[in-house]
Amino acid sequence: MFELGLPYIMAALLALSLNAYVLFGGADFGGGVWDLLASGPRRNRQREVIAHALGPIWEANHVWLIFAIVLTFTCFPAVAARLGTVLHIPLTLMLIGIVLRGSAFTFRTYDSQHDTTQHRWGRIFSSASVITPILLGVTIGAVATGRVGEERAGGFVAQYVEPWLTPFAFSVGLLALVLFAFLAAVFLTLETNDHDLREDFRLRALGSGVAVFLASLLVLLLSSDQAPLVMAGLVGSPWALPLHLATGVTAIAVLAALWFRRFALARIGVGLQVSLIFWGWVLAQYPLLIPPTFTIEGSAAPATTLRALLIATALGGIVLVPSLWYLFHIFKTVPADPGARHS
Amino acid sequence: MSDLLAARSQMAVSLAFHIIFAVVGIGMPVLMVIAEQRWQKTGDGIYLELAKRWSKGTAILFAVGAVSGTVLSFELVLLWPEFMKFAGGIIGMPFSLEGFAFFTEAIFLGIYLYGWDRISPRAHIWSGVAVAVSGAASGIFVVTANAWMNSPAGFEIVGGQVTNVDPIAAMLNPAAFQQTLHMTLAAFTATGFAVAGIHAFLLLFDPLNAFHRRALSIALMVGAPAALLQPLSGDISARQVAAAQPVKLAAMEAHFETMPGAPLTVGGWPDVAAGEVRYGIKIPYGLSLLAFHDPSAVVKGLNDFPREDWPNVPIVHLAFQLMVALGTYLALVSLWAGLTALRGRDLAASRRLLQAIALGGPMGFIAIEAGWTVTEVGRQPWIIHGVLRTADAVTPMPGLIVPFLLFTLLYCLLGVIVVWLLYRQIIRSPRSAEWSRIYAPRGGPSV
Repeated sequence: MFELGLPYIMAALLALSLNAYVLFGGADFGGGVWDLLASGPRRNRQREVIAHALGPIWEANHVWLIFAIVLTFTCFPAVAARLGTVLHIPLTLMLIGIVLRGSAFTFRTYDSQHDTTQHRWGRIFSSASVITPILLGVTIGAVATGRVGEERAGGFVAQYVEPWLTPFAFSVGLLALVLFAFLAAVFLTLETNDHDLREDFRLRALGSGVAVFLASLLVLLLSSDQAPLVMAGLVGSPWALPLHLATGVTAIAVLAALWFRRFALARIGVGLQVSLIFWGWVLAQYPLLIPPTFTIEGSAAPATTLRALLIATALGGIVLVPSLWYLFHIFKTVPADPGARHS
Repeated sequence: MSDLLAARSQMAVSLAFHIIFAVVGIGMPVLMVIAEQRWQKTGDGIYLELAKRWSKGTAILFAVGAVSGTVLSFELVLLWPEFMKFAGGIIGMPFSLEGFAFFTEAIFLGIYLYGWDRISPRAHIWSGVAVAVSGAASGIFVVTANAWMNSPAGFEIVGGQVTNVDPIAAMLNPAAFQQTLHMTLAAFTATGFAVAGIHAFLLLFDPLNAFHRRALSIALMVGAPAALLQPLSGDISARQVAAAQPVKLAAMEAHFETMPGAPLTVGGWPDVAAGEVRYGIKIPYGLSLLAFHDPSAVVKGLNDFPREDWPNVPIVHLAFQLMVALGTYLALVSLWAGLTALRGRDLAASRRLLQAIALGGPMGFIAIEAGWTVTEVGRQPWIIHGVLRTADAVTPMPGLIVPFLLFTLLYCLLGVIVVWLLYRQIIRSPRSAEWSRIYAPRGGPSV
């Protein structure tokens, strides 16, 4: 019985690590978005808070993505091969975005503090922070349409471009972008002690919260035509109504918490809300990894591998969980003090 | 350029670029921790300044290593989907363990870099130790996966189907120990000598600078022992290759004819068409001795293997010669420095020694690039030795020259920027008046 369940346990672990990447890595990308959109009299100080919040944790947060790809090619090799082949172009562009975002952020931190140098790296860091989430969303959206999983005849465009160059895939890209920006804005309210800066991020959080609602609506509208399977899951399945209710209630609660300046509450709520949206997609596809053909069970690696990996994950978790807790305990329990970095 | 060649070139560029940063991520934390420990013990501010400067350098290099490593993990499926389809379930295990090790390294590096004022000195130095240990572990796991490509184990093929998969046996494959030992020592040698080389060079112009003196001694403390052990590890590696991949050994040595008591060819240009090496120096019985520790042992030559199973002989041979030559040089310089230090002499007082160390600065990294060329080009035409050919593993997507050029351009740019930043922010001698006062030697030159 346990043997039969193994592929599902590993698929759940894969979904969990993607979920963590969306929450933590996503918020880091969102930080870049607000760096790009920094405005008003406190523009430079907003950027400082963002840099200060990202500095110690972005590399660790980034590893969730590496986990996801490694779990995919170890536990579901055929799925990895398919994704790598059909989504070669958007994944390559996403990688370039990842490289530029990470290196530009680090170069900005350690290069001379002259404004022109800082702006040059800042521009690259922030634009890469916008492009990368869109491409991540596009790949997820493309998978959901079923075009990645089906056998396609034709030339280069039909095989390597059409599967992802669709309005639906890009609407998911847009949703990912505003979702990450929303996450970041909520998190950033707790990254400063300064009242005005906090208000800046609160307003951004409220605005992007509304944008998340609109982008979700767009995805849902386009899905009926372009991703019927996901649409069917999101509308027809028995869990659909409770999930939508939970997501809706959480979304309203987050906005209310922001409105009444209950920022700690909003932080928990927004994590829950984003995770619920993410699991909506996962459940809508279940038990398919890539619709319409690649199922969890059908594309799983041998049970010996899955079992060994599960044990390794458990052991690794013993090291990882306390380490992560320690990292966030050090840097995220006390609100950061912008400018402390320079002292 | 064919798509296969473009894919191989992109992989080569990505690996060659990433390996530098990965190696720094293994070696530098050790240097930082030693400097910080000395500061805590002696209260000498120069050690603190060293630890801080080195951690700044590590931060820059680690970030580039993290993102270029992400590129590699994706490139496995982007460029070689058929390989991952075949191998993912067998050899994914060490990649996953590497994920955990790398995660731990990233977490504690974040704590180390940003935690100077936030945690106790003891917790801080232990975070540095955690970075060093997990950095070495992550390198070991990844090299284990590469070793499997050279010595595949832990599965069977029955009727074209993979069965009896044993991921632990795959991880503990016959080449794993030899390759991880060789690479770990290489990482410490290359990092140690790169840092030592920079400071030895600067000491040539400023011989009394205490900052550079202390940096030099710590860097050599890490680099020199590793460089001295490396020839031993190389011997263990070569014998494993001789047993498991005789065709790779034959290419490394440009050894064409099977014979007992085979000579060792030093240098020279392999003329593949004629089946001989031009301008090389032959040492009688050398190859038999090195490969099998027996002067009369039979060493199989390239001519005994089907031509379509040969790797590119001139590249493999020259890269191997280069690696051995550089490694030998570094081992000899280490011996020299070690004897000088043992006799209680001042390292920085000998200009000749400083020059030799400065010259050796880039050699560890060049040797690593050459070594990876030997192991990767030497495995061709196979992606998994004897099991799957590289040509059968590549993605069917055409136009691969485009991503190859994109990544090459991107990495060239990043490389230039990193060097510039390291020079401007870290390597230049401290200039402030206070520091120049402290750097004046107290009580004569001491290291």
